[in-house]
Amino acid sequence: MRYQSLLDTVGGTPLVGLPRLSPGPGVRLWAKLEDRNPTGSVKDRAAAYMVAAAEKDGLLHPGSVILEPTSGNTGISIALVARLRGYQLICVLPENTSAERRMLLEAYGASIVSSPAAGGSNEAVRVAKNLAAEHPDWVMLYQYGNEANARAHYETTGPELLADLPEITHFVAGLGTSGTLMGTGRFLREHVPGVQIVAAEPRYGELVYGLRNLSEGFVPELYDESVLTSRFSVSSADALRRTRELLSDEGMFAGISSGCVLHAALGLAAKAQAAGQRADIALIIADAGWKYLSTGAYGGTLAEAEARLEGQLWA
Amino acid sequence: MAIEVRIPTILRTYTGGQKSVEGSGATLEELFADLDGRYEGLRERLIDESGVRRFVNVYLNDEDVRFLGGLSAPVSDGDTVTVLPAVAGGAR
Repeated sequence: MRYQSLLDTVGGTPLVGLPRLSPGPGVRLWAKLEDRNPTGSVKDRAAAYMVAAAEKDGLLHPGSVILEPTSGNTGISIALVARLRGYQLICVLPENTSAERRMLLEAYGASIVSSPAAGGSNEAVRVAKNLAAEHPDWVMLYQYGNEANARAHYETTGPELLADLPEITHFVAGLGTSGTLMGTGRFLREHVPGVQIVAAEPRYGELVYGLRNLSEGFVPELYDESVLTSRFSVSSADALRRTRELLSDEGMFAGISSGCVLHAALGLAAKAQAAGQRADIALIIADAGWKYLSTGAYGGTLAEAEARLEGQLWA
Repeated sequence: MAIEVRIPTILRTYTGGQKSVEGSGATLEELFADLDGRYEGLRERLIDESGVRRFVNVYLNDEDVRFLGGLSAPVSDGDTVTVLPAVAGGAR
């Protein structure tokens, strides 16, 4: 396959069956490998669309500064686009994200502002919003509320899935900004009657939920509950267990959010199997395991790995 | 009848520091009313006139109750209810 340059390789990712993890011939799991994107994550789609939208709106000029609250993948994706299109990038990143993410961001030329670990990404969003207010010429793409994020999935991920799996019955993805679920979910609902759109939400250690009060909570502006059929909270223990199963049973070296998604998908598969119903469940592998190696998720006992993840933002 | 209710750090002042308490009821609404009897003020932090508060997430056996009928979601002996604040979450 031939492309003009790296940015043209965004999307068009493979859909790969999971024959060993699927419970039976009538209930099949299908993994969409989003690590096969230029910087290795599903965020490449959102970053390409958000930057293109900002350019179209006349917000970005050569040398413009882009600011974004991100604990990694989005920052890395935007860093690539910024690098190739001539913009500067400043990421606000919670302290408790893996070393690989910070290293990658800096390698791509991004600057990092650290936000306190306690309060996780809520705090990063707050810090970023304050910085944006102080620097009105900086452009905050704001993945949590930018419609181009969801639109990327409505226009690319959804159609790819439908083309590869017209018999799809369930779509399962991680819940973060909700862009993947909202965009892909809306598209699939328009084209596949009865399709189930299921969110797998990481459940972190207590530190991440350490807010001063409940009104400091955060719901992404993109989030529209009506697009979802269901939403599951998945513990780090379950996410880790499934991430390891994905590797040992199917040979897929995926990031920990993929384990989270697989856990929810396996729950749906078991339910379909028990009900004697056919199911073709597509799930998103958001990224590969490289950035999580230093978390110790792939070595030692599960209990040791779980303990090491405590306090970290692993998804 | 015992339903385990896991309480986030921020609300443990209402439960005397306990991270998990037990309650009973046929629905989530009844369960919260039952808990409020012993842990006064807890219910008000979780619910407002429209149902579960906007920045609060409640999961019944790990599933968001907003998709199970909200406060009228049926609960049974042995169920686990987890309460968590809404957060921006991780790696984006």
